[in-house]
Amino acid sequence: MSTLLEAAGVCKSFGGLQALSDTSLSVEEGQVAGLIGPNGSGKTTLFNVMTGYERCSAGEIRLRGESITRATPERVFALGVGRTFQITRLFFRLSVLENMLVATQRHEGWIRSAMRGAGSAAERRRALELLEFVGLSRLANTPAGNLSYGQRKLLELASLLVADPAVLLLDEPTAGVNPTLINQLSERIRELNRTGKTFLVVEHNMEFVMGLCRQVTVLHQGRTLVTGTPDEVRANPAVLDAYLGGADDDDL
Amino acid sequence: MKARRPVRVLLVVIGLAILGLFPLLFSSPTTTSIAVFTLIFMVAACAWNMFAGSSGYIALGHAVYFGVGAYTLTLLANHLGIAAGWGVFALVPVAGIVAGLIAIPTGLIALRARRHTFVVITIAFMFIFQLAAFNLAFTGGSSGLQPPTPLWSIDAYNRNFYYVTAAVLVATFALTWLVRRSRFGLQLLAIRDDEERARGLGVRVARIKLTAFVLSAIPVGMVGGIYAYFLGQIFPQFAFDPLFDLSIALMAFIGGLGTLFGPLLGALVLESLQQYFTVQYGASQAYLIIYGVLFLIVVLLLPRGVIPSMEELIGRWRGRSSPPEADSGEPGRAGDVVEAGVR
Repeated sequence: MSTLLEAAGVCKSFGGLQALSDTSLSVEEGQVAGLIGPNGSGKTTLFNVMTGYERCSAGEIRLRGESITRATPERVFALGVGRTFQITRLFFRLSVLENMLVATQRHEGWIRSAMRGAGSAAERRRALELLEFVGLSRLANTPAGNLSYGQRKLLELASLLVADPAVLLLDEPTAGVNPTLINQLSERIRELNRTGKTFLVVEHNMEFVMGLCRQVTVLHQGRTLVTGTPDEVRANPAVLDAYLGGADDDDL
Repeated sequence: MKARRPVRVLLVVIGLAILGLFPLLFSSPTTTSIAVFTLIFMVAACAWNMFAGSSGYIALGHAVYFGVGAYTLTLLANHLGIAAGWGVFALVPVAGIVAGLIAIPTGLIALRARRHTFVVITIAFMFIFQLAAFNLAFTGGSSGLQPPTPLWSIDAYNRNFYYVTAAVLVATFALTWLVRRSRFGLQLLAIRDDEERARGLGVRVARIKLTAFVLSAIPVGMVGGIYAYFLGQIFPQFAFDPLFDLSIALMAFIGGLGTLFGPLLGALVLESLQQYFTVQYGASQAYLIIYGVLFLIVVLLLPRGVIPSMEELIGRWRGRSSPPEADSGEPGRAGDVVEAGVR
């Protein structure tokens, strides 16, 4: 197995707050990797740095060994890294199907994309297949703003799959989602993983992470605390300390 | 959704027929003159809406491109010594292209900002251009410029201008329709709803926004040229007019921002009304009061504009008259449908 996506020695500060200091993380190809840590430990910031939404002050982000540290979000996506947001973001006034079609331009130039109709027959078919896959195909013509919270999470995931990215970064996919849908989501992630997709998942739901991921990284105060299998992480005293003893540093 | 396409085709055919026959049916010079001004504003509102309505960037500086078009046509006609007549109309596309070229640097700068800042920058550009037109030597300053005046009879004069502007309107509408159904148009709508997420889905937002901005400036420049030629004179305060910016935005808002037909309807009603009042009560600015009142009525009663509100009304009326299908994807029941699909 080779390293697909990697953050090495990343530092990022907002004013006086050091959000990430010398954080490193690597995701092997074909893996479902987990990223956990108390609130404010820098998980989302690391996601933002890895996908081009924020610039890091030091360190490097590499995709298949090539630096993407300075790439824009558009470029990062074109290279095959898709992401979802902690607070689900969709195009609320567009229909579910239109939401799916936005990402279809990934493989073509800009002029050509301007000249073409939105969504060829093949693209629409593929989009509907993916909607079927996440159980939303019957809502294809509904405005995305009318979906329930869990459905929005599923649509956000499906709309990335249209462009067939190599690795998907999911930011808290289960937050605010009911248990039935969580099972559905974790089933879908497993299924996609079997077909070769790599995942990096930020989660607070331990049951979900420990069940899904083979490798878990714990962040604490912007530093990588430990990386290992779920069992190793669970048994690590430093992790317990970070979650139980570190509360005064983080939340309050 | 299903019944809409034939209705739209029918609307377009009826619209084209009215557009073609109007000056033959109503040939009074007063009426045809109002019609030319109305068409000019229909083009401008339609083009403005293609950018602002789709992308959500409310530009209030398109008078820059209107004025650039007006001055381009006038200056070129005078300096190239083109005889008054049909020949000058050949400069209309040139006026559009020059306006489009000016839109590249101004768009690049303005589109670095978003929301309110963007609006303010576009307004600032409008005043910079107005100030420049007042003070540069080649624009004739405050005394303005006169393009050549064709020696047509009043009837032929208005009719010729009418058909040229109508042709520009048809082309502009076709362009906005093509943009709307293209992938490019979908990306613009995505930018309107959530620009950051659009970037995360690979939409090259900077290019898309600039392309739409330039595309929308071109028809505005073209009608700017027609306007100057039609009036036979051009002054900085009318070429680069803040009221022009507000008018076309209002027309789009009233008709329905981001809809295909909304700006056409808005411009048709507002501009013909304004011209009518000008003819009836002299060149006062009393029409601004009517603008204000109309705008308030629309915002209060039909906040999304006339066309979307009408569509909703028709949709509701249809929904009541036919029994609901089991699988209508109604928002209220969306959850149940998918919950069933999950198992």
